Amino acid sequence: MGYKDKPKLAVWKFASCDGCQLSLLDCEDELLAVAGAVEIAYFPEATKAVQPGPYDLSLVEGSITTPNDAERIHQIRRDSRFLVTIGACATAGGIQALRNFKDVKEFTSIVYASPQFIETLNKSTSIADHVKVDFELRGCPINKEQLVEVLSAFLHGRKPNVPTHSVCVECKRQGIVCVMVANGTPCLGPVTQAGCGALCPAYCRGCYACFGPKETPNVAALTGWWREELNVSDRDVVLALRTFNAAAPPFEKESFRNEH
Amino acid sequence: MNFCNSNHASKVIDRQALDNLFGVLRSQSYTLFGPKVSDQAIVYDEIQATDDLPIGWTDEQDAGSYRLKKRDDQALFGYVVGPHSLKKYLFPPAQRLWQVSRDGEQIKLSPEPEDVVKRAFIAIRSCELHAMAIQAQVFTGGEFVDSTYDSRSRNTFTLAVNCGQAGNTCFCTSMNTGPEVTAGFDLALTEILDGARHEFLVEIGTELGAEVLNAVDFRDAEPEDQQTAKEIVNRATGQMGRSVDTTDIKDLLTRNHGNTRWDEVAERCLSCANCTMVCPTCFCSTVEDVTDLSGDNAERWRRWDSCFTMDFSYIAGGNVRTSTKSRYRQWMTHKLATWHDQFGTSGCVGCGRCITWCPVAIDITEEVAAIRRTDVAGATEPLKRGA
Repeated sequence: MGYKDKPKLAVWKFASCDGCQLSLLDCEDELLAVAGAVEIAYFPEATKAVQPGPYDLSLVEGSITTPNDAERIHQIRRDSRFLVTIGACATAGGIQALRNFKDVKEFTSIVYASPQFIETLNKSTSIADHVKVDFELRGCPINKEQLVEVLSAFLHGRKPNVPTHSVCVECKRQGIVCVMVANGTPCLGPVTQAGCGALCPAYCRGCYACFGPKETPNVAALTGWWREELNVSDRDVVLALRTFNAAAPPFEKESFRNEH
Repeated sequence: MNFCNSNHASKVIDRQALDNLFGVLRSQSYTLFGPKVSDQAIVYDEIQATDDLPIGWTDEQDAGSYRLKKRDDQALFGYVVGPHSLKKYLFPPAQRLWQVSRDGEQIKLSPEPEDVVKRAFIAIRSCELHAMAIQAQVFTGGEFVDSTYDSRSRNTFTLAVNCGQAGNTCFCTSMNTGPEVTAGFDLALTEILDGARHEFLVEIGTELGAEVLNAVDFRDAEPEDQQTAKEIVNRATGQMGRSVDTTDIKDLLTRNHGNTRWDEVAERCLSCANCTMVCPTCFCSTVEDVTDLSGDNAERWRRWDSCFTMDFSYIAGGNVRTSTKSRYRQWMTHKLATWHDQFGTSGCVGCGRCITWCPVAIDITEEVAAIRRTDVAGATEPLKRGA
């Protein structure tokens, strides 16, 4: 990449559980190499030391759920040469995007004693809905090997090897027997992006789509098969699609279609 | 592996002798790979003895469905092919090609060491043997020989088995690839199981096979044994669950590029790539270069890829097959038609894996039949880029 000094890394948090930025601290074997390769300039989860921008690479975790955050992300974009979003919250709105299907005011009135102090948006949205994003790293949580791959690719000016094909390819490369064909277990793997290493099918469970929709997903054909051949109810189809990536457009569209 | 037809007299062995035969192979430093029950299917894995085989198990297959079932006997080979094929051993799903490291001004390139594992493939079906021959042609038959495939296929022993039954998605008789094992084996078994009688007719395919067989107890086969074995294979022939009319298939698919059936199958296709992954002849791969954080170490990896992924058909300027329709059509037309132009044979061996393991039951035999029914007979659309 040809940085004179070490590139400055910033890690930002929006509405999220912190699990994805913890993946960076969880890199154990690679952590010293990361610290050696970049200058960690802003990472409150890891250090109180804060350096001012601009930053060469910003990792952004979390979704936009408040008016304040909808403003804050624009300043971060202005301060960042490259902006990479990490995790299902940042790339699709996260589990909190379940609010998008309901009336959030009703929730706040039930949950909070003084709901008038709650300033929240009606919808939880991805970072890319607000600013230009250079790369989206999927997953709930992200895969730390993929995170190191994205950092390595950024440092050396190459394209990250992060495939957008189905989970099925990962299953088959590992010799995992298809849980849907061999057990009749509903599995979202055929419409879900790879990246987790086919974790659930490796333990004979169906895929929960933690990494969101794959490239060219045919969600209607898959859920049609679930309903007709695996006796999955429309309600259960909706529940399966409305998890961590509920607001990802291919899942959202299909869940609406099955809702009565 | 030699592909010679042998007229050696057949022999008969019992279960104990078959176990001993496995032992002979192990004593000659072969690692044995064969069928085994794992995660509710019969897969290929390392095995040691006949006890590791799926004894008393069978499989019930249909489009998009596979179920293990108990048999009412103790057959060793009473099932057909599962989700794995031998390509995982000869063309590994993920393989490092080389590593390179930098030390100051020095660059050190380390090629991967040649694979010298001796592999004995146990209970291999005729369709599988034909698939191996087709992949051997792809990887080693041309001007440029794939060194991985070449080295891995050189030290193999093949103990084939004739199918005594066919599955509901089998159609090897249509593709002239089975169910009888005719070539490409060192030894070939037919399991004879009748009441208390449990024996195996053994045909000898190579000198190596004869040597291995000589180390165990056997008797010469009687004409009745031969007849029984023949009837067993005939039973499988009569049970084929699927069929394909291959008449003129190359021209049929070529002239039906614009058939609306492709739109219909694209509505159902998930472009998940399962069909290509389970296909024993599909050979597409991607090559990735990875660096570590320091940039001092890099590796080149080859992984199974598929004509159903977007990255696979991305070339300078864009993707040449953006629609699922164009990708399914490419796969099926290559498999059944243009493979002939490229390699001189069909790319399909009729094993039925793509039918069984398609999560939504797309059936290549049904698609061929549908194209034939709606044959546009000459009225072709010009080939459009990315259509």
